[in-house]
Amino acid sequence: MKVGVVTFPGSLDDRDAARAVRAVGAEAVTLWHGDADLKGVDAVVLPGGFSYGDYLRCGAIARFAPVMDALIPAARGGLPVIGICNGFQVLCESHLLPGALIRNDHRKFNCVDQRLVVENASTAWTSDFVAGQEITIVLKNGEGGFVADERTLDELEGEGRVVVRYAGGNPNGSYRAIAGITNDRGNIVGLMPHPEHAVEEGYGPSTDGLPFFTSVLKQVANA
Amino acid sequence: MGHVVIDVMLKPEILDPQGQAVSGALPRLGFEQFREVRQGKRFVLTVDGEVTEEHLAAAAEAAEKLLSNPVIEDVVSVRAQQDVDSVRAEDPDQ
Repeated sequence: MKVGVVTFPGSLDDRDAARAVRAVGAEAVTLWHGDADLKGVDAVVLPGGFSYGDYLRCGAIARFAPVMDALIPAARGGLPVIGICNGFQVLCESHLLPGALIRNDHRKFNCVDQRLVVENASTAWTSDFVAGQEITIVLKNGEGGFVADERTLDELEGEGRVVVRYAGGNPNGSYRAIAGITNDRGNIVGLMPHPEHAVEEGYGPSTDGLPFFTSVLKQVANA
Repeated sequence: MGHVVIDVMLKPEILDPQGQAVSGALPRLGFEQFREVRQGKRFVLTVDGEVTEEHLAAAAEAAEKLLSNPVIEDVVSVRAQQDVDSVRAEDPDQ
């Protein structure tokens, strides 16, 4: 089982994402933003950071990186893809997921242990959770406010496509406290908090991030 | 050389935290008369020679594809400026 981790110029959490992949027994494959080749991986992580300096808008320039020319059709075809933080922003800019991420309503960078409720435990990345389960993982961002028009928000809610929702307070002004969403097929997930920082005892608030990575392992094994 | 000027603004219904920060600072400088501030982006694209209809069409496409995100932003205007001095002339302090 090979999980690709894309490194854009300015990615910060690619090493942690690769570490999380290895922590569940999969092989982490480094993917370079300038290569239009997915190296035969079974799933892809778009990690956190500040791709291309986040100039213009977060994720806007990364969306046109050569590796995305290969990734976008593969994701539309069912390849499991998770975008974490900046990766979520890249997925929204790529229109693989609806909505956009804007600057936090309080205008400050946030770094907290964030409580979340897992609302959809049937995606490629969340099947090892139980719907309604509460978890705590790290949240760190300056532009994490999820926005979309009312129709899109109603659609996301109605189709059960809100994957994780903030609990114990909304940390960034996200509409309807949405922390993460999925596409209609459930293979693409984007979320602002960082499961890859919560996979080992002693390095964060919990190991609640592990099921994101064990879920995709099972998904690929059963595919 | 000609220039194409593109203005992009956040949609009116989208919260503008940057504009709000500026809005909060203005009264501290004695500017009490402004009720709201919205902050946008301006792009100036330079071309060889005069700006043609083709340049404007390409700039409009670039504005929709990359320079703005239609989920949160509107392309307010795409227009030609034939010399950079007239672009700068809009802001006499530059």
